[in-house]
Amino acid sequence: MENNTRDLEAEFQARIDRGENIEAKDWMPEKYRKTHIRQISQHAHSEVVGMLPEGNWISRAPSLRRKVALLAKVQDEAGHGLYLYSAAETLGISRDELVEQLLDGTAKYSSIFNYPTLTWADMGAVGWLVDGAAIINQVMLTKTSYGPYARAMVRICKEESFHQRQGYEIMLALCNGSEAQKRMAQDALNRFWWPSLMMFGPRDEDSPNTEQSMKWKIKKKTNDELRQQFVDQTVPQADILGLIIPDPDLKWNDDKGGYDFGEIDWDEFWDVVKGNGPCNQKRLDDRNAAWDNGKWVREAAIAHAEKQASRRVSKSA
Amino acid sequence: MEQKALYDYLLLLGDNPTILGQRLGELCGHGPELETDIALTNISLDLFGQVRNYFQYAAEVAGNGATEDSIAMLRLEHEYKNALLVEQPNIDFAHVICKQFLFDVYHQLLLNELVNSKNDQIAAIAKKSIKEVDYHVDFSSTWMQRLGDGTEESNEKLKKAVDFLWRYSMELFEATETETLMAEMGVGPDLNTLKPLYLEKVKEVFALSNIEMPEKTTFQFGGKTGRHTEYMGYILAEFQYMQRAYPNMQW
Repeated sequence: MENNTRDLEAEFQARIDRGENIEAKDWMPEKYRKTHIRQISQHAHSEVVGMLPEGNWISRAPSLRRKVALLAKVQDEAGHGLYLYSAAETLGISRDELVEQLLDGTAKYSSIFNYPTLTWADMGAVGWLVDGAAIINQVMLTKTSYGPYARAMVRICKEESFHQRQGYEIMLALCNGSEAQKRMAQDALNRFWWPSLMMFGPRDEDSPNTEQSMKWKIKKKTNDELRQQFVDQTVPQADILGLIIPDPDLKWNDDKGGYDFGEIDWDEFWDVVKGNGPCNQKRLDDRNAAWDNGKWVREAAIAHAEKQASRRVSKSA
Repeated sequence: MEQKALYDYLLLLGDNPTILGQRLGELCGHGPELETDIALTNISLDLFGQVRNYFQYAAEVAGNGATEDSIAMLRLEHEYKNALLVEQPNIDFAHVICKQFLFDVYHQLLLNELVNSKNDQIAAIAKKSIKEVDYHVDFSSTWMQRLGDGTEESNEKLKKAVDFLWRYSMELFEATETETLMAEMGVGPDLNTLKPLYLEKVKEVFALSNIEMPEKTTFQFGGKTGRHTEYMGYILAEFQYMQRAYPNMQW
């Protein structure tokens, strides 16, 4: 029996090594299944919780054009949440169970959404930096070994890169605008820069799951490699905007062909992960309120569908 | 004179979707399920798309440097011509759906007439919008039935919403001077002809939703001539915030 499992695992790994996709009905090690449920659902929760800080500015968007774009963006995020929950469901867990894990605080979501959106410029910074960081992770995931996740990611990446350009364009408009607008843009960068770097997770030496994730192709690069890629890609974009990255240690390093940058405040990182960020409580309260207030609506929809079905049966009888 | 009336008519057409779209935007991320969240956001998006069409045209008609944004966001409260119905708060999902339904049915009837408007621009906007609004009617009338037929609790909540909101329905058909003039010119419909069609559709959906038509309603009027409910000032405080705090800027 044990030998059998070992053979299956070896064959499983060989399939991944050959670049084959693993599909929902294929045999997979339990750990692979659990890791994917955790990661895909965290990703889904991040999309759904991520609607809140941006939804916060829909009613106050400064122009009709921006309002329409922001509505469309938040709607895309809800759609990403849907595909990702569906991808997670292929692994044998229901959306309701996953939602429960979010609501009772046992499941995590991206910590970046535990920071507040205080000004309109934050809609620019979130698109530019947060979606920018997310894309770096997600492009890698389009080649991940689990088929349903990889395919969801292809579609999500297309929309995310549009969101990132939209965010950058908001920043560009501000930076070409009045002094007050430039100050707003700089302030947003100051607040979102470090939390964006934290999105890539702990340093490699503090990231014990990386090796296994690389084997399964959930990851192709380490946290620190991805973070470096983000910094290298973002610094020139900030230069074009005329904004200053809030890191006195940031400087070009010719030898490595990339930027050196300062140390992340890891105490803050772990604090927010543990639930003590500025908005953790509010985000969970909002999700819980939406779920609780919607209970009677979901019950009504189910009751109506059941009545309709039984009416159809009695008609045809 | 005719240009002024046309401008006012465009405000009458654009202000309802503006304020209803704004109310729907408040719900983003707070819906009972992701699917409904997406649908409500999508309706808001459709409505603001229509608003942009009306107000870009209104800006041309005004010709005084006005823009879609100055028209949408820089008027005083009494200058908004939306019906009182659309400014009512999102008390619960039953109110959201009932308000949407009572407006959608009117909106569909209106656009079906406006596609034949003698004003080509208005006819073109209506033609583009009607496809979206057909879906809105479908969405809100299906939800009316789900809530009305679903559970005792949902039926009760829907009844309360209908009892509250029905008083604002007839204002939609109370023609202002501008609407009367536009009907005479063949630009807009005679609202009186739409009312029986409206009542017929509403009755049909109410019946499927186990809801009785409220009796002895004292209807409320005023929004279309600029006299709003207490909610309006707060809606505008959010809607206009950036334009007021940072005047004359590009975004």
